[in-house]
Amino acid sequence: MREPRGRLPRQLHPGAWWLWALGLVAVASRTWNPLLLLLVIVVAGYVVAARRTDAPWARSYAVFLRLGLVVLTVRLVFQVVLGVPQGTTELFTLPSVALPDWAAGVSLGGPVTLESVVAAATDGLRLATILACIGAANALANPKRLLAAMPAALYEIGVAVVVSLSFAPALVGGVQRVRAARRLRGRPDRGVRSMVSVALPVLEDALERSLALAAAMDSRGYGRRAEVPRRTRRLTAVLTLGGLVGMCLGLYALLDAATSPLVGTLLLAVGVLASGIGLRLAGRRAVRSRYRPDPWAAPEHWTAAAGLVAAALVVVAGIVDPAGLSPSVVPLTAPPLPPLATVGVLVALLPAWLTPPPALRRPDPAPTAAAARPRPAPHPATEVDA
Amino acid sequence: MIVFDGFGITYPDAHGPTLHDVDLVVPEGELCLVVGRTGSGKSTLLRAVNGLVPHFTGGIMTGRVTVAGRDTRLHAPRDLADVVGVVGQDPRSGFVTDTVEEELAYGMESLGLPGDVMRRRVEETLDLLGLSDLRGRPVEQLSGGERQRVAIGSVLTVHPRVLVLDEPTSALDPPAAEEVLAALQRLVHDLGLTVLLAEHRLERVVQYADRVVHLPGDGRPLEVGTPADVLRHTPVAPPVVELGRVARWHPLPLSIRDARRHAGELRDRLLTAERPIVGRLPGGLVAEARGLSVRLGSILAVRDVDLDVHAGTITAVMGRNGAGKSTLLGTFVGLHQPFAGEVRVAGEDPAALRPRALVRTVGLVPQEPADLLYADTIAAECTRADEDAGTPAGTCWELLDRLVPGLDPATHPRDLSEGQRLGLVLAIVLTSRPPLLLLDEPTRGLDYRAKERLAAVLGELAEEGTAIVLATHDVELAAEVSDRTAVIADGEIVALGPTSEVVVGSPAFAPQVAKVLAPAPWLTVTAVAEALEVLP
Repeated sequence: MREPRGRLPRQLHPGAWWLWALGLVAVASRTWNPLLLLLVIVVAGYVVAARRTDAPWARSYAVFLRLGLVVLTVRLVFQVVLGVPQGTTELFTLPSVALPDWAAGVSLGGPVTLESVVAAATDGLRLATILACIGAANALANPKRLLAAMPAALYEIGVAVVVSLSFAPALVGGVQRVRAARRLRGRPDRGVRSMVSVALPVLEDALERSLALAAAMDSRGYGRRAEVPRRTRRLTAVLTLGGLVGMCLGLYALLDAATSPLVGTLLLAVGVLASGIGLRLAGRRAVRSRYRPDPWAAPEHWTAAAGLVAAALVVVAGIVDPAGLSPSVVPLTAPPLPPLATVGVLVALLPAWLTPPPALRRPDPAPTAAAARPRPAPHPATEVDA
Repeated sequence: MIVFDGFGITYPDAHGPTLHDVDLVVPEGELCLVVGRTGSGKSTLLRAVNGLVPHFTGGIMTGRVTVAGRDTRLHAPRDLADVVGVVGQDPRSGFVTDTVEEELAYGMESLGLPGDVMRRRVEETLDLLGLSDLRGRPVEQLSGGERQRVAIGSVLTVHPRVLVLDEPTSALDPPAAEEVLAALQRLVHDLGLTVLLAEHRLERVVQYADRVVHLPGDGRPLEVGTPADVLRHTPVAPPVVELGRVARWHPLPLSIRDARRHAGELRDRLLTAERPIVGRLPGGLVAEARGLSVRLGSILAVRDVDLDVHAGTITAVMGRNGAGKSTLLGTFVGLHQPFAGEVRVAGEDPAALRPRALVRTVGLVPQEPADLLYADTIAAECTRADEDAGTPAGTCWELLDRLVPGLDPATHPRDLSEGQRLGLVLAIVLTSRPPLLLLDEPTRGLDYRAKERLAAVLGELAEEGTAIVLATHDVELAAEVSDRTAVIADGEIVALGPTSEVVVGSPAFAPQVAKVLAPAPWLTVTAVAEALEVLP
């Protein structure tokens, strides 16, 4: 069977992966149901396994998972040692320390109940799930391509971030060089005092490099501007700032279960629209174009939609059946698997099949090994001369 | 194409103008070479072409500069980006993106060229500069020559009409330099690009130049003319030209090919001449490496090296960029632990020595001499050097005064010229009188005068009994000063012997004089000149 054209291997637009992951983050932030949370982690993990590359950023997924485990553990330890117990099912009692009056509300040691441990574990699991979703986006989308895909108006911020990212390794190299130099001058190259005196030359070095880079960027046309009438510029500022405020309020309202989701959605939509127009207008000042931009085609639509549908279904499920999303802890109950929310989370699994693979799968090694080896390229000079 | 009209510039806080009353016209399609001593204003002149001077550097500018009809006073560097491409001294510091392909596209993106044009030009440029195998590579992983070609490519994609290059080959080994120059040659011939180029290593570029601009640097007006005319009397000249001056050839040869046509008669005369005895008498063993291998990350940078260094001798270590020269030197001062084998300096393991004891045993002048400097005046640097070495106050200053006479002790080390800074670092390192002195690429950024002084100083030190090892690309320096040469490739020593024997047969590492007078084993102009004086 022939592959359809849209399935040719390519990298998906990083924005699509981030929208998808943010949808899952929204799911995780709306529920206290450990089954749903675990399902989110599994779904994100499966998609990462199916669609990640072997690029350096793709390896960060494991780091995020481990970070989640650390968060979970810390949350549990805090609850056991410092938490005020809820419920009555006592597990064990730690020796307690009497604290002075001003520390009321914090108890050191004392009885530990099953209910409070379960509540803390669920809480930790939520944070870990959110970290896993962000880790998934990080593993699937090249962070630099994401910055490059920013609207033209935000391009300069993107460049600043990219440059500072590539600066960190240079800084490490600088520290090594200066430490070696200290040794050559017969000064101790270890210890705190030597580190302090290393800082100045390294910073000086970094400053000089940034100046050289700035000169190079300037002479390569960075920061060219088109003329834009003053009124447009003002309108741009108002729209962008107003939109950002709207977005913040809307997001806050959506994540806060006490506010009606309708208000939140409305505020968010208005905010997104206003800042979108603002950025569009601001983009008129920039004359830049993009080299080989990532296309936004059907697979990107599907992926982003999968994340948003998952979030929407879980929000609706929360209205229809609040108990399913946050099962009661006191008294302790077994968490149910609410059908609507489960379907929602499973929708987020679809990108594992709906997106093109990042690379062709390796053919069977035995017969094609010789053919797969890259042939030595003909010398470029002869090509041009001919 | 480029017109300097009474151009002058005075930087803020400077005592006087760096350049003044420069009148220069560079017509379209010319490769114009700018020569002059360090500090004579070469970089300033180049950076004025696209307006970085004065828009970026500040300063008071007089006169005007126009490029393709655009006045740099009215156009900022970014508005000249479509006509002038500038490649700076260290291309690494100018890279904005992280892969070769994106780097090539960056300039076009800034100008807002449509996508299909960008795509086509990137492919053309990859082919033009022989970079197509490198397209997906991170720029950090490129070799020196590749990096320079990518930097040139990245400014070429916007199809500028002028290309400005500041010392494009000075950090490169001879083969990589050839690579870059061949690419440049092609651009001038096939695309009719106007090229303005500054370079210390005249022996590499002068044969390609249509015209030479000499900046005397002491306030006199600049000299402009064909290479042969200008180089007849300038203090900076490559060895092949110096040989032509000594042998009174006319017209002056600029390339090995030209010189060999004249050289038959000189070779015959020199047959009867007595060759000066080269090679000092080696003293006791100062340092040795036995079966030494050094690992850097996942690569074996030095593999199974045996090397003896004797007092009073100078050993040159040559080889490609990345062949393991710096690592070998670093191991002698304990910056790297041996992976296998061992290294001994004055009977001790350098990696186990404490820094204070280390400086009395071995001194290393690193590739970036400035790394060793952190005080804000020369005097303070010298005082610290005396403290670190435990020598009486003033020792370092005396040394410095011998190496670089007439410096103002209150000067900031950053304001010194490359040659002066090297002298300062050398003085600091020598303060504790180490029996072994190592120099890593000491001639980078040095002009011929400074190089001559360095050669003289190294000769004196060797006479006094210091063992010297220098890692260098500079075949002329190696021929001038060294007794022995080790050629290192892929971490292994592939040739080790008296310099005259190792160097003469090698196409890459032979100095110009040896190439001209081969098969007779003459290496330096000085030797030839002395021999000719004795001859009737």
